[in-house]
Amino acid sequence: MTTTTLAVLVPLLPFLGAVAGLLLGRTAPGFVRPLAVLPTLTSLVLAALVAVRQGGDAAVDSATELTPTGSVPIELALHIDGFAALVAVLVGLVASCVQIYSTGYLRDDPRYPSYAALVSLFTSAMFLVVYSGDLIVLLVGWEVMGICSYFLVGHYWETPEARAASLKAFLVTKLGDVPFLIGLFALATDAGSFRITRILGTVASGGLDHPTLIALLLLAGVAGKSAQFPLHTWLPDAMAGPTPVSALIHAATMVAAGVYFIARLLPVFEASQAAMVVLAVMAAVTMAGSALAALAQDDIKRVLAYSTIGQLGYMTGALAVGDRGAAVFHLLSHGAFKALLFLAAGVIIHAAGTNSLAAMSRMRNLRDRVPDAYWTMTVALLALAAIPPFSGFFSKEAVLGVAEHVVTGHTEHAPAAAGWIVLVAGLLTAVLTAAYAMRLWLLAFRGRGTEAPDHGRQPLTMTVVLWVLAVPSLAFGGFAFRLLPEWFDGRDLSPTLTTSVLGTGVALVGGIVTYAAWRHTTALTARVPLGAVAAHPEGDAAQVEAEAIASHEPAYGDIAYAPDPADPGRLLLGPLHRHAAAGFHLDAVYTTLFVRPVQAGASLVRFLDREVVETYVRGAGALPRWLGTAVRRAQTGNVQTYVSALLAGTVVLAVAVVLVATGA
Amino acid sequence: MHLAYPAVLSALLFCTGLYGVLARRNAILVLMSVELMLNAVNLNLVAFDVWLSRAAEETLHSGQALTLFTIAIAAAEIGIGLAIVLAVHRNRGTADIDRLRDTSERHDPDGTDHDARTAERSDEAQKAEATA
Amino acid sequence: MTLAASAGLLAAGPTTRAAAETHGFLSPTGVEIAFLLVGLVTFGAALVTVTTRQLVHAALWLVVTLGGLAVEYLLLTAEFIAWVQVLIYVGSVVVLLLFGLMLTRAPIGRSPDADSGNCWAALTVAVAAAAALVWVVVDAFRTTWIDLDGPAAGSTEATGASLFQNWVLPFEALSVLLLAALVGAIVLSRKAKADAATPAGQDTGRDTEGAR
Repeated sequence: MTTTTLAVLVPLLPFLGAVAGLLLGRTAPGFVRPLAVLPTLTSLVLAALVAVRQGGDAAVDSATELTPTGSVPIELALHIDGFAALVAVLVGLVASCVQIYSTGYLRDDPRYPSYAALVSLFTSAMFLVVYSGDLIVLLVGWEVMGICSYFLVGHYWETPEARAASLKAFLVTKLGDVPFLIGLFALATDAGSFRITRILGTVASGGLDHPTLIALLLLAGVAGKSAQFPLHTWLPDAMAGPTPVSALIHAATMVAAGVYFIARLLPVFEASQAAMVVLAVMAAVTMAGSALAALAQDDIKRVLAYSTIGQLGYMTGALAVGDRGAAVFHLLSHGAFKALLFLAAGVIIHAAGTNSLAAMSRMRNLRDRVPDAYWTMTVALLALAAIPPFSGFFSKEAVLGVAEHVVTGHTEHAPAAAGWIVLVAGLLTAVLTAAYAMRLWLLAFRGRGTEAPDHGRQPLTMTVVLWVLAVPSLAFGGFAFRLLPEWFDGRDLSPTLTTSVLGTGVALVGGIVTYAAWRHTTALTARVPLGAVAAHPEGDAAQVEAEAIASHEPAYGDIAYAPDPADPGRLLLGPLHRHAAAGFHLDAVYTTLFVRPVQAGASLVRFLDREVVETYVRGAGALPRWLGTAVRRAQTGNVQTYVSALLAGTVVLAVAVVLVATGA
Repeated sequence: MHLAYPAVLSALLFCTGLYGVLARRNAILVLMSVELMLNAVNLNLVAFDVWLSRAAEETLHSGQALTLFTIAIAAAEIGIGLAIVLAVHRNRGTADIDRLRDTSERHDPDGTDHDARTAERSDEAQKAEATA
Repeated sequence: MTLAASAGLLAAGPTTRAAAETHGFLSPTGVEIAFLLVGLVTFGAALVTVTTRQLVHAALWLVVTLGGLAVEYLLLTAEFIAWVQVLIYVGSVVVLLLFGLMLTRAPIGRSPDADSGNCWAALTVAVAAAAALVWVVVDAFRTTWIDLDGPAAGSTEATGASLFQNWVLPFEALSVLLLAALVGAIVLSRKAKADAATPAGQDTGRDTEGAR
């Protein structure tokens, strides 16, 4: 088979699996699990084969136009370069792990067939986005991912949090997608094609008329999808979905699609210096703000969600300084270790019966209950905190190194201001990242108090994939930073001395300070009893998690916040803690700025419709109604009345006929 | 004789019958009024037949023949009509035309009530019949 | 009437003109005066028939009307029809109507509600129809005369000859219609009686049982 055929099969197989899963879900429940896992695994193998065959050489391009579609043609096009091949392998790996993990995680869930089919559909759409060489086809995958995300976040739709979160995720991403669509059209109009290769050719020859406008419009869609400030607010709430979904969609793949999109079209953005600076500011605000917020969250998954936002900020930062190699490098390593973090968090939530860090910090021996999760999570947290030699170190160093390059004026693509912004924010975030990683580890695994509840052994499907993902988290970076430049643009990704020392240093400082703060506050845990655990410890992990999410607000007063004085984050952040826990009140700001005016407008429209338009409608209906009443009155049932009317009419007609006949 | 005399008399009798049909309440009086109208037509037929039997060379005396037919049909009509009126009177207890309003637009929302009432009334009528 | 005039009667237009010449526009003869007077009585009786509040009186005034009409038929030389009128109408139809009145227990004496509420509409329609008809009839036939001289146009002989020479088939068809009406009337009254008799029959059965 040619590489093109293999590449076509990669998105097609999960799609067929999704269709078959939806069709057979009820009639043949025995086929659901194989149909969920096998196509995804096959796609992983095929994606790996495609990557090997492509091998970082010239991009594989293939296109077919199904039918003429007006002035700008839409083609079914493949464009597989090194980025696409490697990202597809990552998507396949994470999707396979998540599908296997889900068989254990949603063991007893009655809606598992539709869940698995939606995950397969999502995987297929992500492959489509990765491989597509045509922007409209890419947009199709982009929107399918959005709708799958909506359904999967709302998987526990019995809980109001999940319902609200799925709606919010859908609406906020759509808010970005509308300008995104307009930007795509503007771009295609300028370039005369939706094909990525042709657009890049146009950009190279300087044929773009409005680069800043197009770049900013596209940036809105990217900000929505990749949860960048100011459209990031949906991602923490989306943690109301099942943990495997958070791992796949809201950590490793879908949110990375925005970064991947910019990476593909980086020359378009580079054509506008303003867009690059906006991108840099966006990345910096996202990084620093999300890291602060992560330090204050009580829900373990929300910590990871804010951490995801921050790491995506690193990637956009790398793009802002014009190096897509570093961005995609970080995307790949982050995809592996963040998926691992989420899946391990799912195991921990199941074992502890709660998603609250405050409650976990009051449990002894949680790590002995889940040794697999403990070790793999430690690895992943070290990778997150960018401690050498874990993979996160190398990818983050690549980002910081590029920023430093730009600051020192070694490249001509990006403005130096962007470099400064990214570098400073990146170092600041490195401190905070290490701090919240340390806090998470300490609170989850170093709790003291009552014995952690025994919920039995975790299913094998859930623990094995943790180790599978731990391998790349541990070793990917060290092996890859020398190999990857061949696949990417060829720029060096090896860590530079200055940024390595700086980055590792600040990370260590962050970790040590957090440890000190924890030592200081941990004595308080015994004095302040706190916490609630799920009511059905024997249920499968999904049920435990749904109950934990639903009970967090009644138990602690807020979905993100717990009044725990023993939290080291409280000591570290001081007065900032309350605002950071609430995501710096961005939701409240949006409520005042957008939701209330829209609701007021809606009630105005409703008033106009009810009182004004309806009045006209009622007025128009009144005349026929009166006529109808009059006619009904005539139906007396009295035969004589009828005959009178009949004869009166006859007389009138006869007289008329006589008059006409006599010519009068 | 002036032809207008029987013609005008016929027209007036017809309209008198018309008035009776439209204004009388008792069904038998309505039947009488119908007889008046039929007789008005008969007069017309006879008058024109007499006129034509002189004016035209040969006629079939169709006016008089038709008058005879009309008289016969009127007799049949009165027989059937009276039978119907008696049947209605037996079932409904009344021969008043303006009380027979089953085809009227009902003012009560549910029609069952109305049906129940008529059934009740016919029951009463039957009872009255039985006692009589 | 002259030969020329009778020859001229063949065509309608010249006929009227010739008749007008012979009779003059207003020349009341004895027959006309009698017709007019009897007509007035008939019309008056008809009016009383449709307006009286006493139902039995209405039937009796109907006798007067129908009798008056029989006299008019005689004046028009249609003697056979006149006798048929007396026999059938006065003799049987009115008697039937009286029976009907009795059977429906019509009140004897003045009944206040003999006229329905439709009175004014009926009056309007009737007056309008009368005006239209009278206007049309007078307008059409104001110069037309009936010649009543010579052999009677409606003698029994002439009527019988015409009826059994030219109208045999309709006559027979009419007899079938009369038969149908007879059967229909019987069926109508029998069916109504059967419906009403079902509970009554049970009652009588029980009564007889009780008597035993």
